[in-house]
Amino acid sequence: MIELLLQGVLLGGLYTLFALGLSLMFGVMRLTNTAHGDFIILAAFGALSLAAMGLNPWLANVAVLPVAWVLGYCVQRYVLNQTLGKDPVPSLVVTFGLSIVIQNALLETFSADPRSIESGGLNTLSWALTDSLSVGVLPILILMIALLATLGLQWVFEKTRLGRAFRAVSDDPEISELMGLDSKNIYALATAMAFVLIAVAGVLQGLRTTVAPADGPMLLLFAFEAVIMGGMGSFWGTLAGGMLLGVTQQLGFRVDPGWGVWAGHCVFLSLLLVRPQGLFPKTR
Amino acid sequence: MFLAGSNIVLHTRDLKAFYGDAQALFGIDFEIGKGQAIAIIGANGAGKSTFLKALAGLVKVQTAAVNWKGQDIGGKLPSEIVRLGLALVPEGRRLFPSLSVQENLMMGSESQRKGPWNLERLFKLFPILQEKRYQPSTSLSGGQQQMVAIGRALMSNPELLLCDELSLGLAPLVIREIYNALPEITAEGMGVVLVEQDVSLAQQMTQRLYCLQEGRVSLQGVSSLLSREQISQAYFGQ
Amino acid sequence: MNHILENQFTVKRGHAYTRFLLGLAVVVVIGAATLPLWAESSWMHEFVEIACYFIFALMWNLLAGYGGMVSIGQQAFFGLGAYTMLILGNFWGINPFVAIAIGGVVAGLVSIPVSRIAFRLQGGYFAIGTWVIAEVFRLSFANFSMVGGGAGTTLTALRGIDKASRESWTYWIALLCVVSSIAIVFVFLRSKRGLALLAIRDNPIAAESQGIAVGSMKLAVYVVSAFGAGLAGALYFVGNLRISPDAAFSVNWTAFAIFMVVIGGMGRIEGPLIGSLVFWLLSKFFSDFGAWYLMGLGALAIFTTTYFKQGLWGYAQQRWGWSLFPTQRRVVFLAGPKA
Repeated sequence: MIELLLQGVLLGGLYTLFALGLSLMFGVMRLTNTAHGDFIILAAFGALSLAAMGLNPWLANVAVLPVAWVLGYCVQRYVLNQTLGKDPVPSLVVTFGLSIVIQNALLETFSADPRSIESGGLNTLSWALTDSLSVGVLPILILMIALLATLGLQWVFEKTRLGRAFRAVSDDPEISELMGLDSKNIYALATAMAFVLIAVAGVLQGLRTTVAPADGPMLLLFAFEAVIMGGMGSFWGTLAGGMLLGVTQQLGFRVDPGWGVWAGHCVFLSLLLVRPQGLFPKTR
Repeated sequence: MFLAGSNIVLHTRDLKAFYGDAQALFGIDFEIGKGQAIAIIGANGAGKSTFLKALAGLVKVQTAAVNWKGQDIGGKLPSEIVRLGLALVPEGRRLFPSLSVQENLMMGSESQRKGPWNLERLFKLFPILQEKRYQPSTSLSGGQQQMVAIGRALMSNPELLLCDELSLGLAPLVIREIYNALPEITAEGMGVVLVEQDVSLAQQMTQRLYCLQEGRVSLQGVSSLLSREQISQAYFGQ
Repeated sequence: MNHILENQFTVKRGHAYTRFLLGLAVVVVIGAATLPLWAESSWMHEFVEIACYFIFALMWNLLAGYGGMVSIGQQAFFGLGAYTMLILGNFWGINPFVAIAIGGVVAGLVSIPVSRIAFRLQGGYFAIGTWVIAEVFRLSFANFSMVGGGAGTTLTALRGIDKASRESWTYWIALLCVVSSIAIVFVFLRSKRGLALLAIRDNPIAAESQGIAVGSMKLAVYVVSAFGAGLAGALYFVGNLRISPDAAFSVNWTAFAIFMVVIGGMGRIEGPLIGSLVFWLLSKFFSDFGAWYLMGLGALAIFTTTYFKQGLWGYAQQRWGWSLFPTQRRVVFLAGPKA
């Protein structure tokens, strides 16, 4: 049982990383990026491509991060900024279109075969905690990164000038303009940050397991469930939501491999029914 | 008219403003000199807030309709206009609920204009804000929130302060406290445009007064010289 | 002061030429009904497929454009209608053509409890939440061995009929479904309820203050949309005979509906019609290009949404005042105002 919970928490670490970017974009801009999962997969394939072009695999993994920053900034500034407004439809349709384009572009370039990022054995290393209990080193690493990322985001939002701008723009974009903020730029910076998180998640997913062009939507749903279950407006909530999802799925997998993901969905829907505001919503 | 031409810092010429297809302002001519205090009065829906919003850039107008220190600024972004030295204290305060009092004030300095106003000076002007500086802005009373809104605008060190209904929803004592701070605010030559519901207050605090009625200027003159009847007629129209 | 109200006025819908178009439509439908007598069987099969895409898009358009609810999960009801029809046909011996209607009804009924959960979310989150629900349906049926689990199964109930008759009947049922779907949506939108729906879409709070029951209206639209999706799903697999959870509950259905409606324009009846025609033409010529074709569709949808927010048809409507299915009301004064 303890082992189950532990595996669940470790999985939750990865799901938190999936979810933080989504949480950030929705928090600042009320934008739902339907292509979120596809960008995660794109990042993984990006790292694979860089490695295939001759770059040292570990360097490739890190190199995707600045690329992601630039990509995120441009996508928001030149495509998604046009879709912002009271109507959620344009952003949904445009990101949905992006999702289709990314999936099929990856399919054309790489074929549908699942691939993984070369980890040099890291993904098999394990650490014996007790006589009967051992955990993978990579999952622990992922959990550490997830905690760091959550801490980092929280810190940026609460203690930095940019974070203050994020919160202001999220509260009242019109008055933020009155203060002298260029909201177009602020939105783009938020997405740039989100894309870096997405890239981190993508690389770790590729290291931990395989990635295939069609995997995106499933990752989007996991990220989404973590955000909603955790409660909107709070990064620690997203962490909690990720943990809950991870544990639930592990329990489901243990019962039957076919029911793991299903169990996660059902717990999500049930929580939505009884506590729609999530576990730790930020009260205003 | 009562000023030498070179003293005018802001003037509007035939300013028209629309909300979608509905026209709210039908050609406003307005001017203010350096360091002056001017009031704008009028019934609800007369277009007073719309006028201030147009000056601040929140409502789009033609380029030549607004002229600030010799430059046509109509249609510029609000973020550009605040950098030029006009700051708006919006109707209803519009503080940022997710930010603390101090953070709200700091937002005002995002335009990075140099000047005498900073946190320290604001806290001297409104001491209660220093006491509550780390609290969420939503936990303050109406009057205190109004102080934050004014302070936030002052942090951008404007040359012209636009105040939209400072007294809205506040008790008379609190209104007095806020308006008592006005002389110190304008002591260094800052101009102020006051949109006010309270006509006598408007007359007391300013040198000149404009009255708007259904999107048009129905009366203007020296505040202390306008009679009750003149104002009444202009306010309600025929 | 206000002399206008002293005059008579009436509320008109439609123009003279739309009555002409209605007559034309009747002729077209009657002509189409004779298709099995003279056309190749592949034409009929194509029509059935396009009919399913169209009905699904029409219902998605009703939900999103008029109900204001963008859902990425309507495939839940599409698949549910399909599997209902399959179970009734294969295991209960009910005529599959009749089971199509039942499939729609079941989907409509199931949407009621589903809405209790789905309506907890709004906007973009509602969209993805409905997707999660669709996935639950998909995974549930994939674990349901009686209907073949993940691999799916075949519709055996039509084995007794010869191919030609089956195809003709499927075609006629499809035609019937198309005409009735359009009729249902058209009549609904022209009614007072339709007007209420537009009010809700534009401003829910104002609508509520006018006495419109926003909650039950939204539920009504959700149920009708689910019914239509279920109908389309059941029809599709009567035409296809082979069903699987991945095919029945695929998000591609919603993707294509979004595409059709975005091209054709949302919130208008003729939108899905134009959109599905464009989609059919595009797939005729370009679907051989596989992934490139889909990329092109995606890019087209992005481009159209960014620059033609009302869709191509919506653009035409705004620019030239075209309207095939007039639901707008115009006030026409019968006499000039008094001096």
